[in-house]
Amino acid sequence: MTKFTKDHEYVTVDGTVGITPYAQEQLGDIVFVELPKVGQKLKQGDEAAVVESVKAASEIYAPVSGTVTAVNDALSGDPGLINSSPEVDGWIFKLALDDASELDGLMDADAYAKLTA
Amino acid sequence: MADQAAEDLKNVVLNDKHVALGGRMVPFSGYSLPVQYPTGIIAEHKWTREHAGLFDVSHMGPSFLVLDARSGDGEADHTAVADIVEPLISGDIRGLKPGQIRYTLLLNDEGGTHDDLMIARPPGEGWGGALYIVVNAGTKEADFQRIAAAALGKGTLNRSDHGALLALQGPEAAAVLDAVVPAAAELGFMQYGSFDWRDTKLVISRSGYTGEDGFEILVDPEHAAALWDTLLADARVKPIGLGARDSLRLEAGLPLYGHDLDETISPVEAGLNFAISKRRREAADFPGAQRILAELGGALKRVRVGLFVEGAPAREGAAILDEHGAEIGTVTSGGFAPSLNRAIAIGFVPPDHAAPGTRLQVLVRGRAQPAEVVTTPFVPHRYVRKASK
Repeated sequence: MTKFTKDHEYVTVDGTVGITPYAQEQLGDIVFVELPKVGQKLKQGDEAAVVESVKAASEIYAPVSGTVTAVNDALSGDPGLINSSPEVDGWIFKLALDDASELDGLMDADAYAKLTA
Repeated sequence: MADQAAEDLKNVVLNDKHVALGGRMVPFSGYSLPVQYPTGIIAEHKWTREHAGLFDVSHMGPSFLVLDARSGDGEADHTAVADIVEPLISGDIRGLKPGQIRYTLLLNDEGGTHDDLMIARPPGEGWGGALYIVVNAGTKEADFQRIAAAALGKGTLNRSDHGALLALQGPEAAAVLDAVVPAAAELGFMQYGSFDWRDTKLVISRSGYTGEDGFEILVDPEHAAALWDTLLADARVKPIGLGARDSLRLEAGLPLYGHDLDETISPVEAGLNFAISKRRREAADFPGAQRILAELGGALKRVRVGLFVEGAPAREGAAILDEHGAEIGTVTSGGFAPSLNRAIAIGFVPPDHAAPGTRLQVLVRGRAQPAEVVTTPFVPHRYVRKASK
C-alpha cells in the first residue's frame, strides 16, 4: 500500500519514492531534477533530491530510512515526467527500507486526501 | 517576496476573470494576481513567443502629470511639464516627439535607482502640457509621492491605477488588436495614443516587457472586463500569468526592479546607458550625475551580465565565482528559459569578468556549476520599429 508524507512525497511498499499528483500540480512545470546517488544511505527526513520548477527549487525528503537502490535517470532528460506521470514514469528514486515499521507513521491514501482537500 | 496575509491584498478589477479561468492567485506587490493558469508557465511562455499572450498588469502604476495652468502653446507647455520631471530622472523628456514613449530611470542622489519607468508625451496638440507616466507596482506609492512633490504648485499627478492595464504581447498581437482597435495597430514601437473603443477611450502604447512586439492598454474599470473578454475571444490569444511574464522578460534581458535594479545599482552598472539621454549627460543635471558620469568614463566596479548556466537553475542570491572559485558577484535574477530549454541568469560581476565568453561558475546548493557570460538579450527582441500599414 502506498503511503504519503505531509511534504507530499509518496513511497510505495517496494520503496519507490516520488511526489504526489497534488504536489506536481502545485509546483507547476518541473524543469530540473537533482537525483540522489545509488548506494546513498538516507535517514527518514533527510534531503534526498531537489525538483526545480520554473519559479523555484523544492527539496524532496526521504519518507523513510533506507539505501538508494535506483534513481530515475529518465528525469535528467525529461524532468516533465514528474508532471505528466508523477506516480508511474515520474518516480524519483527507490529505497531498500531499513525499517518497514516507519511506514506505519505515514499517512494512508484517505488521510492524505483529507490533507490536500 | 514576503507572503502577505490574504486580507491585506488588493484585488485587481479583473480578479473574477482570473479565478474563473483557473488562475493560481498569489500575492505580488500587494495585489492578488495569477502566477499561472492551468496550462502552466512553459506553455504560456511559448504561446506568447508564437502567438499572442494577454497579461493583466493592473498592479502597475499608470498616471498622468498635467500642468495646472496651460498656456495653449503646445511646445511651451510640453517643455514646462518636462521640466517638472527631468530633475528626478535620467531621460530627455523635453525632446520627446508627440506620441513618443521613453524608458527612463528615477534616480537617487547617489546615482542608484529608485525605479525604472516609462514617460510619454501625448500625441495630439490638445494634450500639450501633460505626460503619461507608468511606474512599477512595488515602488508606485513612493514614486507618485516624489513626482507629486516635484510638481507642487506647477502640476498635478493624477493616478490612473484604479482601472485595468492589460498587455497584449507576441507576434500576433498586432493582428489581434487590428481587429479590435484598427488605428492602434498602426502605432510604431514606443509610441502611444488614445483610441475610441465602444463608449470609452483606451490609452494604448506599443511597448511591453517580453521582447516581443505588443501593446499595453489602459482601460477604465467599467470597460475592463469587456475588453479582456473581447481580446480573449480571439483564438490567437491566451491569458498569461506573472510566472511567464518573468521568464519572458528574463530571456529578453530586461531588468526587474527590486532584483536587477535597486537603490544601490546605477544605470551604468545595469547596462542601461541608453536611458541616460545625451542632452542630460552634457548638462550633468540629473541626480547622482557625478557617480554616473564617472562610471560612463570607465570607473565601474560591477556590471550586469547575462549567464548561461549549466545544470540546475541559479536563482537570485546565488554567488558567482571566477574560474578559480573566488566569489566575484551575485545572481540577481535566474531561472529556466523555456525558449532555450536551459538555465539562464542575470547577475553583477567586475568589468574584467564581463566579456562574453568568460568562463565563470555559480554556486547552487553548495556546489559550483559552470557558467558562461553571454550577450543579452538571451532571446532576440522582435520589436516592430515602424508601424506596418
